[in-house]
Amino acid sequence: MTKRSKRIFFVGALFGVASIATLLVLTALKGSVAYFYTPSDLAKLAAAPAGLLRLGGLVAPGSVTFADGGEAIVAFTISDEIASTPVTYKGVLPDLFREGQGVIVQGRVGADGVVVASEVLAKHDENYMPKEVADALKAQGRWNEGAAKP
Amino acid sequence: MQTVYDLANPDRFDRFARALTPWIGGAAAALLVAGLYLALFNSPADYQQGDSVRIMYVHVPAAWMALMCYSAMAVSSIAGFIWKHPLADVAAKSTAPIGASFTFLALVTGSLWGKPMWGTWWAWDARLTSVLILLFMYLGYMALWSAIDDKARAARIAAIACIVGFINVPIIKFSVDWWSSLHQPASVIRADGPTIHGSMLTPLLLMGLAYSLLFAALLFMAMRAEIAERRIARLESAARAPSNVSVT
Repeated sequence: MTKRSKRIFFVGALFGVASIATLLVLTALKGSVAYFYTPSDLAKLAAAPAGLLRLGGLVAPGSVTFADGGEAIVAFTISDEIASTPVTYKGVLPDLFREGQGVIVQGRVGADGVVVASEVLAKHDENYMPKEVADALKAQGRWNEGAAKP
Repeated sequence: MQTVYDLANPDRFDRFARALTPWIGGAAAALLVAGLYLALFNSPADYQQGDSVRIMYVHVPAAWMALMCYSAMAVSSIAGFIWKHPLADVAAKSTAPIGASFTFLALVTGSLWGKPMWGTWWAWDARLTSVLILLFMYLGYMALWSAIDDKARAARIAAIACIVGFINVPIIKFSVDWWSSLHQPASVIRADGPTIHGSMLTPLLLMGLAYSLLFAALLFMAMRAEIAERRIARLESAARAPSNVSVT
């Protein structure tokens, strides 16, 4: 084997070993690399997790209620079309928060199964278009055509 | 006729790059002005994001370049490692600071967009974390070069680090598909075609082209500076030991 083909072999082996090592690490980390759980993940668990968790899904249409009085408490339901989880939150909501929007909340699951959120983040999807185009699509009833899976 | 092989000669490359750099740089500047004008003043606001969408025209091409520069650096590293050609080492070394700058720009503009849209400057999701690791890999690569005095040895060790780190590039690209993340999936480079309206895609692609030409111009300048620096070092050592002049 010439010196050069030895080096080619070395680069190949290096890349192979690094790929396998990464694959193993990522497989081991599978659950913890995910940024959030969905309500159906939560429903599958036998007992509600004790610590902080992040839960992601769509704000169920018609579920948002603002509590009366001085305190800005908002209650809504997060749904992934299979299961849904009720959430309460006190604080400032991001601009994109609205019914039907994808959100990620961080909080604790209470004894009654309600997630008390300490943070609410809005998720943005991969669709970019001018308002006129969005309105035209809605008017033509083609709004969710070709929409990516959640 | 000049071939790619002739250009591998540092002197020929130097003449070639010197002649070409002003043209590439000029084209990059013109495209950047046109792209930024379209992006900031003459493109529609997004139906959800409003005018915040304009950050995307600076952010997305910077993120593309961050991955492109690392890929270019890995290709140069492999060529330099296998064929021991100094110009490939020079190319890999000169790419790193440019790639690091694009990565930094992508992280900062992403953060500025994240605050109004997501509601947070930063989240430890798979995409954001893997891009931060990319920035650290660029910085580590640069640190390796400056920590080792012997250029040939530095090139060999830095190349190995760069090749191993290349694993991160597909992880960044597919992180938004493999794991649930706060960052949205790809809008342009995806199997079923772009999900971004044409009126927004045009300025975005224009900016992407401008950044690519800017990268080429900066790379040529950095490579010529590195070649000159090596020539000076060689002359200096030759002046100290006149019997030991090497002609390359």
